[in-house]
Amino acid sequence: MLIKILGTGCAKCNRLEQLARETVAELGLTATFEHVTEMQEIMAYSVMSTPALVVDEVVKVAGRLPSREEIAGWLRGA
Amino acid sequence: MSLVTTATSERSKLIQWLLGITVAASIWLFAYSQLIAFADWVIAMLGLTRQTRTGEALHFFFYDSPKVVLLLTGIVFIMGIIQTFFSPERTRAMLSGKREGVGNVLAASLGIVTPFCSCSAVPLFIGFLSAGVPLGVTFSFLISAPMVNEVALVLLFGMFGWKVAALYLGLGLLVAIIAGLVIGKLKMERFLEEWVQKILGGQTAEHNGEQLTWVARFQAGGEHVKEIVGKVWPYILAGIALGAGIHGYVPEDFMASFMGKDVWWAVPAAVLLGVPMYTNAAGIIPIVEALIGKGAALGTVLAFMMAVIALSAPEMIILRKALKPTLIATFAGVVAIGILLVGYVFNWLL
Repeated sequence: MLIKILGTGCAKCNRLEQLARETVAELGLTATFEHVTEMQEIMAYSVMSTPALVVDEVVKVAGRLPSREEIAGWLRGA
Repeated sequence: MSLVTTATSERSKLIQWLLGITVAASIWLFAYSQLIAFADWVIAMLGLTRQTRTGEALHFFFYDSPKVVLLLTGIVFIMGIIQTFFSPERTRAMLSGKREGVGNVLAASLGIVTPFCSCSAVPLFIGFLSAGVPLGVTFSFLISAPMVNEVALVLLFGMFGWKVAALYLGLGLLVAIIAGLVIGKLKMERFLEEWVQKILGGQTAEHNGEQLTWVARFQAGGEHVKEIVGKVWPYILAGIALGAGIHGYVPEDFMASFMGKDVWWAVPAAVLLGVPMYTNAAGIIPIVEALIGKGAALGTVLAFMMAVIALSAPEMIILRKALKPTLIATFAGVVAIGILLVGYVFNWLL
C-alpha cells in the first residue's frame, strides 16, 4: 500500500502523517509512506486545501484532519 | 456492524450533542450576563476600588478577558459549523463561470465563511483558476479570506461595539472587491509561473466535497474552537493585560500627537509599518484598543491592523511559488492603496 500525505509542512500535515502511521501499525498493515511537499506534485492531485491523504493514488480527504476511524476505514477498503 | 446499529448510534450521538450545546449555551448566556458583577467581585475580593489606578486597570482586565474569551468561543464554534457548508470545492463551484463584478462581490463574501489557511493559498489559487474562476475574482477571495475573519470581527465587536465591527467588515469587503477588480482589469495572467499556466491548460480531475452529518459538523465546530481558541488565548490575555496597563496608567491623548486625525502622514506610515509585521488578528486587536483609548485616530489604527493581517510576508513567499514578482508586487500595491484609502475615509468620516 502506498500512502501519501500532501502538504507543505503545516502542523496539521505532520499530525495527519503521524495519525496515518499509527493507524497502519494498529491494523497490522504494511505501507510505504511519502510526504509530498513539492507544490507542483501536490497540484497534480488537484486538491485545493492541505493536508490531504492519498491512498494508492486516490485522494481520500483534503483540507481537514480525518478521525482515526475514518483513516482505518479507508485503509481496510484499499 | 449493521446499518441499523450505525444509524442508532449516530442518532444518540446527535442527541448528546444537542443536549450538550443547550447546556453550554445556557451557561454561556448566564456567564455573559454576569461579566460586570464578576469584575466588581474580583476587585472587591482584592480589597481595591475602581477609584485607584491599579483597581481600574485590574477591573478592565477581569471584565475584558472573560468577555472576549466567551465571545470568541461562541463565534468560533458557530463559524466552525458554518465552514463545513463551504468547502473550498463548493466555493469554487459557486464562483466558476461568474463574470467579473458579480464574481468579485461573491468571492469576497465567500472569503469570510470558507475555511482558509495561508499554507493552502497556492493550491486554492490554482484550483480556482483551473475551474475557470477569473484571476481578479480569485484575488478578491484571497484578500478577503485572511483579512475579514471571525476572530477579528469578534474582537472588534467585543471591544468597540457593533458599529466598528460592521465598518471593518464592510470596508474589508470593499478593499477585497475593488483590489480584485483592478487586478482583473490589468490582465496579468502572463505573470503566473509557467508551470501554473501549463496546469491551467490541461484538464483537472474532480475531487468533490463530501456529505457530512450534523454530528460531524458539530465535531468540526468543537475542533475549530480547540484549534483557534487554543492557539490565540495567550495573545489575547497578553494583549488585554497590556491594554489594561495602558488604560490605567498612560495619560489620555498621549497618542493623539502622532497618530491623531490631523496628522496627514500617519495613515501611510501605519500601512508601511504594518506590511512587514505579521501576526494574527488576536495579537493585534488588544493593542489597537489600547492605542485608540489614548487618542489615536480610528482610521489610522484600522489601516495599520488591515495591513498587518492582509499583507503578510509569509503568505507572499508562499504565493511566490505560483506568481511572478510583478504580479505579487501589483497585488501588494493595490491592496496597500485600498487600505490607505480606507484609513483616510475613516478619519475623515468619524
